Amino acid sequence: MSSNRTIVTEPDPIFGRLTLDSIPYEDPIIMTTFTVVAIGGLGLIGSILYFGKLKYLWDEWLTSVDHKKIGIMYVIVAMIMLFRGFSDALLMRSQQAVAVASESGAGYLPPEHYDQIFTAHGVIMIFFVAMPLIVGLMNIVVPLQIGARDVAFPFLNSLSFWLFVSGALLMNISLFVGEFAATGWLAYPPLSGIEYSPWVGVDYWLWALQISGIGTLLTGINFVVTILRMRAPGMTLMKMPVFTWTSFCANVLIVVAFPILTVSITLLTLDRYIGTHFFTGDMGGNQMMYVNLIWAWGHPEVYILILPAFGVFSEVTATFSRKRLFGYDSLVWATVCIMLMSFLVWLHHFFTMGAGANVNAFFGIATMIISIPTGVKIFNWLFTMYKGRVEYSASMWWTISFLLTFTIGGMTGVMLAIPAADFVLHNSLFLVAHFHNVIIGGSLFGYFAGITYWWPKATGFTLNENLGKWACGLWTVGFFMAFMPLYVLGFMGMTRRLNYYDNPVWNNWLLVAGAGAIIVLCAIGVQFYQMFASIRDQKSNRDWTGDPWNARTLEWSTSSPPPFYNFALLPEVRDRDHWTDMKELGLAYKKPTKYQRVHMPKNTWAGVVIGGASLVLGFAMVWWIWWLAILGSAAMLGAWVIYAFEDNKDYYVEVDEIEAIEGKRYADLDRVNTKAINYQESDATTISV
Amino acid sequence: MANMVLKAPRPGYTGYVEQEHHHDYGGDTVFGFWIYILSDCVLFATLFAVFAVLQSNFAGTIQAKDLFELDYVLAETALLLASSFTFGLAVLSANKKSMAGLVVWLGITFALGAGFLYMEINEFIHFTHEGAAAWSSGAWSAFYGLIGTHGLHVFAGMLWMLVLFGLLFKEGLSDNNIVRLMCLSLFWHFLDIIWICVFSFVYLMGVL
Amino acid sequence: MLFRYKNWLRLPLLLVSLLLLSGCEEFALFDPKGPVAEEQQWLIIVSFAIMLIVVIPVLIMSLWFPYKYRSDNTSEEYLPNWEHSNKIEFIVWTVPILIIVALGILTYITSHSLDPRKPIESDKPTMVIQVVAMDWKWLFIYPEHGIATVNEMAMVVDQPVEFLITSDATMNSFFIPNLGSMIYAMSGMENRLHLMASEPGTYKGMSTNYSGFGFSGMKFNAIASSQAEFNSWVKEARNSKNLLTKEAFKSLQVKSRDVKPMYFNNPNPLLFSDIIEHYTGGLNVE
Repeated sequence: MSSNRTIVTEPDPIFGRLTLDSIPYEDPIIMTTFTVVAIGGLGLIGSILYFGKLKYLWDEWLTSVDHKKIGIMYVIVAMIMLFRGFSDALLMRSQQAVAVASESGAGYLPPEHYDQIFTAHGVIMIFFVAMPLIVGLMNIVVPLQIGARDVAFPFLNSLSFWLFVSGALLMNISLFVGEFAATGWLAYPPLSGIEYSPWVGVDYWLWALQISGIGTLLTGINFVVTILRMRAPGMTLMKMPVFTWTSFCANVLIVVAFPILTVSITLLTLDRYIGTHFFTGDMGGNQMMYVNLIWAWGHPEVYILILPAFGVFSEVTATFSRKRLFGYDSLVWATVCIMLMSFLVWLHHFFTMGAGANVNAFFGIATMIISIPTGVKIFNWLFTMYKGRVEYSASMWWTISFLLTFTIGGMTGVMLAIPAADFVLHNSLFLVAHFHNVIIGGSLFGYFAGITYWWPKATGFTLNENLGKWACGLWTVGFFMAFMPLYVLGFMGMTRRLNYYDNPVWNNWLLVAGAGAIIVLCAIGVQFYQMFASIRDQKSNRDWTGDPWNARTLEWSTSSPPPFYNFALLPEVRDRDHWTDMKELGLAYKKPTKYQRVHMPKNTWAGVVIGGASLVLGFAMVWWIWWLAILGSAAMLGAWVIYAFEDNKDYYVEVDEIEAIEGKRYADLDRVNTKAINYQESDATTISV
Repeated sequence: MANMVLKAPRPGYTGYVEQEHHHDYGGDTVFGFWIYILSDCVLFATLFAVFAVLQSNFAGTIQAKDLFELDYVLAETALLLASSFTFGLAVLSANKKSMAGLVVWLGITFALGAGFLYMEINEFIHFTHEGAAAWSSGAWSAFYGLIGTHGLHVFAGMLWMLVLFGLLFKEGLSDNNIVRLMCLSLFWHFLDIIWICVFSFVYLMGVL
Repeated sequence: MLFRYKNWLRLPLLLVSLLLLSGCEEFALFDPKGPVAEEQQWLIIVSFAIMLIVVIPVLIMSLWFPYKYRSDNTSEEYLPNWEHSNKIEFIVWTVPILIIVALGILTYITSHSLDPRKPIESDKPTMVIQVVAMDWKWLFIYPEHGIATVNEMAMVVDQPVEFLITSDATMNSFFIPNLGSMIYAMSGMENRLHLMASEPGTYKGMSTNYSGFGFSGMKFNAIASSQAEFNSWVKEARNSKNLLTKEAFKSLQVKSRDVKPMYFNNPNPLLFSDIIEHYTGGLNVE
């Protein structure tokens, strides 16, 4: 990972640019990490083989096209990557906490290493933590919420996941073989051009993003079709649960925005590989065009990350306020507004590039207009709690913490949207504080709320509520302590991405921020312990009803975890709070008289194989190992063709099997006596008209 | 204050569907392919925007108007337009359940596509020899970027045709193959439309 | 009991004392030394205040509503099916709209009044300073005075300065926090920025756009002084034995970090446009 030994040897026909010297032996941090990862990895593989679980893993998980399993795998990978991304954050915080000096060389991380760390931190957190968390949640929840048995294209879903994994792996390989980009997470040229970044760092960035980006694009197409065409009978668009609505808008944004990323990255790749002049400083290239293109994708991306989180808060607030969501229509329209507007604001990321006053004013005002529907949403959640019966569950803790945090982040965002104010705030720590304020306080808290809320649906047992509240509390305190000082430092004129600084006053604030990061570390520790403890105690946390929160929407009507076919009989919906409707009508938990056979997709090897081949392709391209790149592409194409020629990609689940599975479910339900949960018997009287 | 009041359900309402209708999986695929085409439109729109920004940045290299030969490009265009027409005939044959017609027309489409690609590559080689390579200047990078992407799409379409031949040989005019044919047909016509934009914006406006 | 609270109070107290210790002059953005920065300080405070109109009620409601309507407080009204109110919808759309209208007007006005390209009105003539971002240092060329400097620049108090900014390497951003507005430095392009110092002093200047490994050291001093002091500064540079020859410029182009200030005498008067043309060279835009 150290490019102070940037090696550009004459590429070898067999190994390309790869030599034994490409491995950073001399860096103790990386080598220690490598040792730990290697031992852990070998231990994991060893125990899988020892317990003979390889076949199980292959049959039940790696080749699975079940949206619930794919969703769970997304979340697992995201949590692992969160661990790595957060380690990067700790390294940065500790470097800045000690690096007061008048010359470079301060602290314990030289710029060659530090600059890779902040680049990797941004890339990992956005592409390999936030994106998979949200795609994972959508995978688990959306088909259940609309009463479908899987997504529209189950094989593509599996392929998307494995392409994403391949991108994530490539990103992690860069830690041990070669280097990662040291350009900032969006790799602006000319810095990311071959002249200024001659070795493999930027190439890792390019191929990791390209491969996982294509996976995301496929996910987008998949979910747009799923939501538009696979809803249960009776579920009109305006009866869709809000999480489905926000996921839908996020996926439309994926379909429209990700091709722009694909093009920008491809053109930068061409600049680096064959010497074209799209973004070069000379020969008619245009570096400003790259900045425009990348943000034309980048801004919608921000909303891809946050809209589904808004959906989570809507579900959680309604459920735990024991009340219908306030202002569903305006919430939906606000979401659609945000979706459309998100393409009209990209220039606010670079007011300081020197566009004219009118252009800046247009984009500034457009940005502020987006804050209107966003503000309306916040009021909708507040008025959902109003005259409700608010229950302080862990996911509700996240929601309230979100309301407090995100409002402040939104406010500083509007300040940054004023071009003339941005002229002094741009690229400062104020900006860094702002976007962490909205991405952590908005998106991440939303994903955590969502994971807490839907965990029992995915696994069959609830997460430990107390530990969840501790995690939320520590996260909130840690967040404020880590990022409020950064606002202050922004006002002091401190720029982002500094490896050292000569102002001792800044140091005090950076020490506070560092302490905040340690509190966040404790919070993450509590979260991992929460998962561990909940898995350990799963017998006592078991959710037998399928509805542990007394929730409102369709996904709670099936068992936890749902059978692989989700619903034995497709639901017929008359209200957006379908499950509440069922409970009020006394129709919940009633066993149907007869079943029909169910049409389901079969698992396939193709996704994981094509994903693996794409990793080979990416690695070969990074190191200029052309023969291997050709082999990798041929393998991808070949696997796809073989898959296309396969017969029997789907099958029918016969009535006997369904009868058996459902029979067990209703036996379980009888045991826990769900009658008490049915509104009919309990609090039907409290429903006022 | 507005409370939600749900009407009483219809008699016999159980909350689930008793008799499921057959789900139109083929329809999903075609619809999904439309969504893919939409995203591909954005991809080409981005490349057109890049071209618009860079089109006059020749940076001292040979200019487009000194190289473009409209007659040659017209011939290319004719080949691609004709291939779109023959693809239409292929689909008509498929609708009439005529395997022979389908294979023949698809074969002709493939040949026309190959002709188009041959001409395009020839043009690229010629331009490169004249000093207008992809790495010569921003304007030429944008030219190759846009037209090369289109060409790559055509190439992908032709590979797809080969695979479809195989699948037709294997399972004949199955429902799956009809859906595949429909998607490929969408793709092929879409490429035609993109080419017309390329022809107008790149070549016609380039020589003007 | 008191002791326990003391522990909890320690952290906020520490933060407050940090703020007090920091002192106002540490807050570069709230310590404006020129008209541009002054207007920007005002803009930040006003926009912040306007938003507090909605932010404070929201923050209070976010705590008060869940507290008041907590599940064990059965004395409050409970309306489980209540989901719509025109009155509330009207308010929650109108209030943000009004605030954004106010901020929008402010945005439009300040985008023009603080346009970096807009000359600053003054009875003194504008001084031109050409700025080149290099790997990793700032080169300042004074075409009117026949000098060039590295990582140090000087200006006269109350005399407007027009910075012409370009880059000879990667993208950077030119920023003197006490004086206001920053702008990008990009190769092959010339950006313009008008600033003025209204108080004498030495202000910190920096690059704010990450540009590579030496980025953190891309700092310079901006000295604002009286005309007499400025003249003697120019004289010092003119007396320098360093000439900005082609070779000298080439050695400046070599990557270097934490560069100490340097003075050059008599640079090529066309140096700045040559640097730009090196990138646009032969660009035949029609």
